[in-house]
Amino acid sequence: MVDIQAGRLSAAELAENFADVHRPFDHGGAVVEANRCYFCYDAPCINACPTGIDVPGFIRAIATGNVSGAAMTILKENIFGGSCARVCPTEILCQGDCVRNGPGDRAVEIGLLQRHATDHLDADGPHPFDRVPDSGKSVAVVGAGPAGLTCAHALARNGHKVTIFEGRPKPGGLNEYGIAAYKLPDDFAQREVAFITAIGGIDIQNSKALGRDITLDQLRLDYDAVFLGLGQAGVRDLGVPGSDLEGVDSAVDYIAELRQADDLGALAVGANIVVIGGGNTAVDIAVQSKRLGANDVTLVYRRGPEQMGATQHEQDFAQTNGVRIKHWLRPLQLEGDGNVKAAVFAGVHLEGGALVDTGEEQSIPCDMVFKAVGQAFVPLAGEGPAVSGGRITVDDVGQTSLPDVWAGGDCVAGEDLTVQAVQDGKLAAGAIHRCLVGS
Amino acid sequence: MADLRSDIAGIKSPNPFWLASAPPTDKAYNVERAFKAGWGGVVWKTLGEDPPIVNTTSRYGAVSLNGQRIAGFNNIELITDRPLDVNLREIKQIKRDWPDRAVLVSLMVPCEEAPWRKILAAVEDTGADGVELNFGCPHGMSERGMGSAVGQVPEYVEMVTRWCKAMTRMPVFVKLTPNVTNILAPARAAKLGGADAVSLINTINSIVAVDLDNMAPMPTVDGKGSHGGYCGPAVKPIALHLVAEIAKDPECAGMAISGIGGIETWRDAAEFISLGADNVQVCTGAMHYGFKIVDDMIDGLNNWMDGKGHNNAADFHRAAVPNLVAWQDLNINHELVARIDQDKCIKCGLCHIACEDTAHQAISVSGNGSNRRFETIDAECVGCNLCAHVCPVEDCITMEAVDNGKPYLNWAQDPRNPNAAAAE
Repeated sequence: MVDIQAGRLSAAELAENFADVHRPFDHGGAVVEANRCYFCYDAPCINACPTGIDVPGFIRAIATGNVSGAAMTILKENIFGGSCARVCPTEILCQGDCVRNGPGDRAVEIGLLQRHATDHLDADGPHPFDRVPDSGKSVAVVGAGPAGLTCAHALARNGHKVTIFEGRPKPGGLNEYGIAAYKLPDDFAQREVAFITAIGGIDIQNSKALGRDITLDQLRLDYDAVFLGLGQAGVRDLGVPGSDLEGVDSAVDYIAELRQADDLGALAVGANIVVIGGGNTAVDIAVQSKRLGANDVTLVYRRGPEQMGATQHEQDFAQTNGVRIKHWLRPLQLEGDGNVKAAVFAGVHLEGGALVDTGEEQSIPCDMVFKAVGQAFVPLAGEGPAVSGGRITVDDVGQTSLPDVWAGGDCVAGEDLTVQAVQDGKLAAGAIHRCLVGS
Repeated sequence: MADLRSDIAGIKSPNPFWLASAPPTDKAYNVERAFKAGWGGVVWKTLGEDPPIVNTTSRYGAVSLNGQRIAGFNNIELITDRPLDVNLREIKQIKRDWPDRAVLVSLMVPCEEAPWRKILAAVEDTGADGVELNFGCPHGMSERGMGSAVGQVPEYVEMVTRWCKAMTRMPVFVKLTPNVTNILAPARAAKLGGADAVSLINTINSIVAVDLDNMAPMPTVDGKGSHGGYCGPAVKPIALHLVAEIAKDPECAGMAISGIGGIETWRDAAEFISLGADNVQVCTGAMHYGFKIVDDMIDGLNNWMDGKGHNNAADFHRAAVPNLVAWQDLNINHELVARIDQDKCIKCGLCHIACEDTAHQAISVSGNGSNRRFETIDAECVGCNLCAHVCPVEDCITMEAVDNGKPYLNWAQDPRNPNAAAAE
């Protein structure tokens, strides 16, 4: 019997399960942790951060009580310092390269310190960056995710007028629709967008999708430059029989629904869940299902733990949340009669670098299956910029094959990380500015 | 198990750890708890003439260093604010209840014979083991011509000490202020006056911080501040030096030394004893953590002594004193060079940048990221130790002696010294 229902947990339980997953430092705790930083010469953590934040610099500022200065040191390199502090996989970035990693020691909690600093800025206070006088130039930014908003903020600082076209009803991109709820609770994504746009000169037009409501050709006519921060709108399919059964859903779509839900108790979730995939989205949907009250959640990945896109930290997090992770299983088919009843997998192993079936089969009974096998950039129809490897081709400052069009974030090659999107937007804004002012 | 029993100026205690004259020794209640916790002795918080003084609020200031609370501590509290007869009654009772513990009584009265005679007689009646003349307190009482105002005038130190020695059979300790140019002046004066021991250091004149919102020196009393007495771990190096100065001075020979200043651990105590202290007194450590810290002081000192084969404190008392010499007697031919253990190195680069920016450009960097390598440039290294101090990894940078074949040579003998004695 299919068991999919809403309201598995009480409102109080849901509130606790979807509250802030990280406990922030209080002032004293932050100072103690800040003083663990060795203030390295030419610090490895700076190089490990895609946006190049002066990590020892801001940590020292926390230690000395100059917390506003610390926040500015972060924000001047990364205007999304607040959300990056919460969502960055620091264990493979700054903290992964901390010299204190090693036997008997542990990395400085750079992410939590960054959060302490950025939280310190008064959200209702004056915006900490100034705008230069209006340049008379205007730029269209497509996509109000981290790449687009970063680009818009940097352009606005330089006096350019920016219009952001966002396909969804709200700005924020994955911070609003894709990140696990407990990583950015309390409407953090919208508060951060408000903070960023408070610089002025940025007009966000929601529910205006490229290809549906606007065209690139028209934007190129109407604006002096265009930045594409399109993200990856496409969801890869499993490509196995039964994918169209009831109860089979895209993890990305379900998370978006969850993130927009006013009442998590109204969200239907299965008793037994199978998640297929090995990235952070797979972990996010698995843990969130569990926290919605699913009895049994199995995450199935076709390769081993080392190959998973989810970091070790995320895998550990899934397991401490009661998610079972199974490796070396390839989906064969989804079985059911109307609604999915079981996911069937073939055992695989590596032979000369290729996945080969072992001949074993495993069937996992379930009420819901979440597909989390990756997202893809959906190329633009018509005369768009050149694409290679499924992503928009750009040079090292984000310029596309079109002279007045730049791109960045998940729609271009590189790590699909918020912090990388920020860096892309920042570099492109610099290039666009130089182009607009003719230097 | 080493024998920790202590004897200073004829006063015996089961261990050398005493609580200094301060708030922890102001009342029988506290002293009772201290003795139960295992402290070897106390110096009762300073008694004065009635009527008792009145204290302010607040009274304490502190320096936190890198998140460590009370790295340095300061106070503007005065002597006991309780009536003399209450203190005397409690001292008598405590000494009766704890005969094996040392009970000294700190005293501060005006520089006239009559008040000293009176209070000494009253203390003698309690059965206390001795008295400590408070010539050190640098705040408040000094404005009234007592405390460090006396300790800064050797003639007064000698005069009052002599009076007290003549007025009582009890051993007399003289507590010295560090707020002097040369500690030997008051120390020698105490010796001339007949003191059985000196206790040092009392607190150092200090302002711990300024409240920048109110532009008020701290600690702050209704918007104003007053200089206080500085103590705690931060002052230990100053105290060690002053204790050693007295320990080395031939004119002070024969006078016992009770070491005070930033002592919080058995190691601190062992260092003071090795530089000439006969016992030690503690205050800030107890005020920070409670009386229980004496457990590890006793246990740790015992274990260290056992490890070194010391049967009692006499085995290492003054052991470091002969090694304290004038700068000009140091071996100028001794040569060290920094050695970086590449297996222990975590590539933080602190040694490099310290040497590069502020010393001798003697540590090179090569490679990138986790392959960075820091190495000493022997020809540039002057063996100053800076790199070893900034290195966060224990024993990663060590200073290796260079076998240069050169004999001992001090500055007086060095031909580079324009004033060197002519070579034979």
